[in-house]
Amino acid sequence: MSADDTVPISTAETPAGFSGHAPGHPKSGGLNTGAFLTVLVLAWFALLVLFPLGAVVRGAFREGFTVFLAALSTPEAGHAFGLTLFITVISVIVNVFFGVAMSLVLARQRFPGVTLLSAIVDLPFAVSPVVAGFMFIILFGPEGWLGRWFEAGGIRIVFALPGMILVTMFVTLPFVTREVVPVLMEAGVEQEEAASTLGAGSRRTFRSVTLPTVRWGLSYGIALTTARALGEFGAVLVISGSIIRRTQTATLHIHQEFTDFDYEGAFSASLVLAAVSFFMLIAMELMRRRADERRG
Amino acid sequence: MAGTAALGQGLSTGSGFRRRRRIFRPELFLRGMSAGYVGLLIVLPIVAVSVRALGGGLGRIWSDLARPEALFSIELTFLIALLMIAVNSVMGTLTAWVLVRHRFPLRSVVNALIDLPFAVPTVVTGLMLVTLYGPRSAVGSFLSERGIEIVYAKPGIVLALLFVTFPFVVRAVQPVLMEMEPEMEEAAATLGAGRLTIFARVVIPSITPAVLTGAAQAFSRAIGEFGSVIVVAGNIPMKTQVAPVYIYGEIESYNPRGALGISVVLLLGSLAILVILNLIQRWGRRQDVRG
Repeated sequence: MSADDTVPISTAETPAGFSGHAPGHPKSGGLNTGAFLTVLVLAWFALLVLFPLGAVVRGAFREGFTVFLAALSTPEAGHAFGLTLFITVISVIVNVFFGVAMSLVLARQRFPGVTLLSAIVDLPFAVSPVVAGFMFIILFGPEGWLGRWFEAGGIRIVFALPGMILVTMFVTLPFVTREVVPVLMEAGVEQEEAASTLGAGSRRTFRSVTLPTVRWGLSYGIALTTARALGEFGAVLVISGSIIRRTQTATLHIHQEFTDFDYEGAFSASLVLAAVSFFMLIAMELMRRRADERRG
Repeated sequence: MAGTAALGQGLSTGSGFRRRRRIFRPELFLRGMSAGYVGLLIVLPIVAVSVRALGGGLGRIWSDLARPEALFSIELTFLIALLMIAVNSVMGTLTAWVLVRHRFPLRSVVNALIDLPFAVPTVVTGLMLVTLYGPRSAVGSFLSERGIEIVYAKPGIVLALLFVTFPFVVRAVQPVLMEMEPEMEEAAATLGAGRLTIFARVVIPSITPAVLTGAAQAFSRAIGEFGSVIVVAGNIPMKTQVAPVYIYGEIESYNPRGALGISVVLLLGSLAILVILNLIQRWGRRQDVRG
């Protein structure tokens, strides 16, 4: 199923959606084309996304449920999941705090450089995770501009937990801002102005007007941040040195098990991570629907 | 459309500027905090890498990049990413079309599952593909008997990239198709245009900026992708070693010097794509205004 044999189909037949009503095309066969396209797209999606996912589910339960549980209850697995959870929670808290502040600046303030700031916020999406980890090694390593200072104070950043948190914060930085800014733009400032006319202070206005307005956008941003932080691999691998039971997160644990040919452990941990991400996804979809409904 | 909204807001806040100041008294504080956070977490690391890379002189970077393994990894990265966006632009547009224009059972479930690749950790993606197409699997052994290698070979990289970037084009095109008025197409049909003409003259021009946006985002993700690729294709120099894997290999073998040149090349690639994305969006907005 290459790109070449799908192109002519789409160009020749695509306006099937309305071709039923189109005058002058009595035997357009719109329904058949539509059905064909639908089947083609579903088959592609199943082949590309659903089959591989099914393979992991089967792999995790091949030896039975007890083996699945046993693979997850090793001390290494427990430690890895705990570490991932810790890093994720810290990254989400910090990025929600700065993300909301940044959104207020980008949506409400006009000053020279605001466009540049907005462009820079998007950069982490474009930077390779490996390069991200590498940049933080250069900056925070023992010889780096900032690493030198921390080293003198006896604090290790690289190959330790602080570095892993920093790179996770880096890769997830844009999510909250990207989701909250459009909501703030669309809501405008009238309500905030009304609140302040009625005598509310800036904190009160933020809490009772701004925060409820961005609630669903913010939740969506948090869900995206969490999913990405749980699954981050490249950046954390580079900066952590992957020391078992010290700096090994869930994804690094999966990679380790896989390279050690312990497929059972790798499958089980993968399934847990994928399932958590999957439920995040469903929650995200529901949140987006709620947000759309509210916007009308 | 977004441009008008921003403009309108600028006008309306202009009159209430003095009052607005009172609402957000800590305006400057917020601004400084945001700039400081971005400066520390994004700008400073990029500057540090660039300065360190240039520290050895341009000649040094050049000789690092001229190593056959390095050249090969850059070439492979960009070629496979191009192949991937060609396939994903077509299949992503078709998927968006079917989701918007056709009704079928479980449509909303499929629509929700489109984002799945964004939620699955990249290592898990790699593991999935190895499980399905690896030497131990039924599909894998069937294919390798016929001389087709997927895992630890280039087709594995293509599959991994197709998977992780699948939602970009779909999600970029979908809203545009949803907003498109069927009247335009119906008018064209009434005027006697064939279906091919309608698609080429009405549908394609309207969705082109969106397809390009999705493709650029997918490309940018693809040239940086690491986790799924290293699991599926391994780290075989001159065969499956893409640029991020090459960088990782250099860091692993305690030669960060050798990783600097390629890192800067990848960073420049990402920057270029961001600029292109910006231009596409501006072009799309201008088309919106004209239409």
